[in-house]
Amino acid sequence: MSNIVAKTGNEAMAEAMRQINPDVVAAYPITPATEIVQIFSSFVSDGKVDTVFVPTESEHSAISACIGAAASGARVMTGTSSQGLALMHEILFIASGLRLPMVICEVNRALSAPINIHCDHSDTMASRDAGWIQIFSEDPQEAYDQTILAMKLSEDIFFPAMVTTDGFIISHAMSRLEMYSDKEVQDFLGEHKTPYNILDTEKPMTVGSIVLQDFYMEIRTQMAAEMFKAKAKIQDAYAEFNKKMNRNYNVIEKYFMDDAEYVIVALGSTAGSARYLCEKLRENNEKVGVVKPRVFRPFFAPELVEILENAKGVAVLDRSDMMSSTGGHLFNELKSAFYGNAKQPPMKNYIYGLGGRDINMSDIEKVLHDIKEFSVSKVKDSDVKYITVRE
Amino acid sequence: MKDFFEIRWHGRGGQGAKTVALLFADAALATGKYIQAFPEYGPERMGAPVQSFNRLADREITVHCSVENPDVVVILDQSLMSTVDTTEGLNDGGVLIINTVKKPSEIREAYKVRKEIKIFTVDASKISVDEIGSNKPNTPMFGALIKATSILDFDKMLLDTEEKLKKKFKSKPEVVAGNINSIKRAYQEVVAE
Repeated sequence: MSNIVAKTGNEAMAEAMRQINPDVVAAYPITPATEIVQIFSSFVSDGKVDTVFVPTESEHSAISACIGAAASGARVMTGTSSQGLALMHEILFIASGLRLPMVICEVNRALSAPINIHCDHSDTMASRDAGWIQIFSEDPQEAYDQTILAMKLSEDIFFPAMVTTDGFIISHAMSRLEMYSDKEVQDFLGEHKTPYNILDTEKPMTVGSIVLQDFYMEIRTQMAAEMFKAKAKIQDAYAEFNKKMNRNYNVIEKYFMDDAEYVIVALGSTAGSARYLCEKLRENNEKVGVVKPRVFRPFFAPELVEILENAKGVAVLDRSDMMSSTGGHLFNELKSAFYGNAKQPPMKNYIYGLGGRDINMSDIEKVLHDIKEFSVSKVKDSDVKYITVRE
Repeated sequence: MKDFFEIRWHGRGGQGAKTVALLFADAALATGKYIQAFPEYGPERMGAPVQSFNRLADREITVHCSVENPDVVVILDQSLMSTVDTTEGLNDGGVLIINTVKKPSEIREAYKVRKEIKIFTVDASKISVDEIGSNKPNTPMFGALIKATSILDFDKMLLDTEEKLKKKFKSKPEVVAGNINSIKRAYQEVVAE
């Protein structure tokens, strides 16, 4: 029995956490993710969950406490954003290196300086190499669903996962949310799985020991191989979620892609706006489409190439910049994915919406015009363009 | 043609412009609509001009940009009209609803509102003082908004709002009756030109 309610992205994620009922949540507040753990902490004090809530003095401590708890066999979650995720940075690698399942509800927000509390993807992208599964959500419904999905997935593959929403745009925007019953969520999650338990006195073990030239290489190579294998398991996890929870999610979403000539690739909320625009442009027989990767880590490179290779032009929208003179994160991944492929569609990067700058319908429509021009033009001086910016 | 209805609320920090957008979305959801409600986050201060937004539709809403061309603008505080461009982006045929003691014709005259925009006025502050005991114009504006636009089924919305208020104010039943009466009165008392 589903229950239809009105919730913001943060409320939706807090509800998902309540229904997951983790053993431990350790957290430190930060805008715009504060509400997630704030609401969750009231679930704790109201006795609605069995969770031990650890209010730490920093995000560095919060994620460290999560690691300790997960290594002791607990089901663990936290929430953060921006500088908070940046402060967790060194510990993120430890969580994945120790192969500990856990979920961070991450709200995408710009990084300082200058200080900005609004949405872009700089924070999540800055942790892309930390060995975490990274999942983007378009709206509160997806944030809710994918938080539940990620908890199970993380315990199936023993990699930590972060599920993100766009700061304020989704975290503070209320929309229609279809919730499952607590039992349905618990049935989906099933028995809690943990790779090991350091408190198990029957099997004493050391976790986090020093490994030098002798075995570090092997361990990291194995980890890379496991991440490679995780791709199939992530696809299976989505399929299982769809079946049990009556959804229709894919690792990469395609909209109007059967005959699309010009395609927008975008993460999170912007993909939703682009989808609406394409729907309207389709009424005038414009062959445009949208591709929305949900999972950024691991990167589904061959799958994206297959979807995009026949397009006449691909516009890659990035809400983050690598500050490398080569454009944004999604663009760099896609460009690299196409290397050596027989078909090479013209591809251009549009960096937009940094620090919460709004991207509206006409901005996205201009991107579609620009990619058409870029694709037919013989002169390709620059393939990176900054939009939604004062000129 | 867009497939959704957009509302922009103008208020002053503390008047409940954010809350009213959330409450209105929740009420609209109960009548079967797809909804969005979001505030404009800036430097919020008591008394400073603030805005919030709604989108309503009979289908899934996937647009996540800001609202640029609202169908309706609701103003919780008439004084904002001298300092904020409250009709910005409002298309011809758009609706302006204002909490004021003035008549629509007086508002049009005073703020030079172009004739293509329909003006409705209601003294929501007085209604809320009478019914709730304090100047809380946000909830009564529900009534005025529905009367002016027919966007929702009034009776269904009222029933649902009553249920929600009853849950929220278990210990203060008089608050529930006051709010419901103020919505009803604003529905009846809102005037067009």
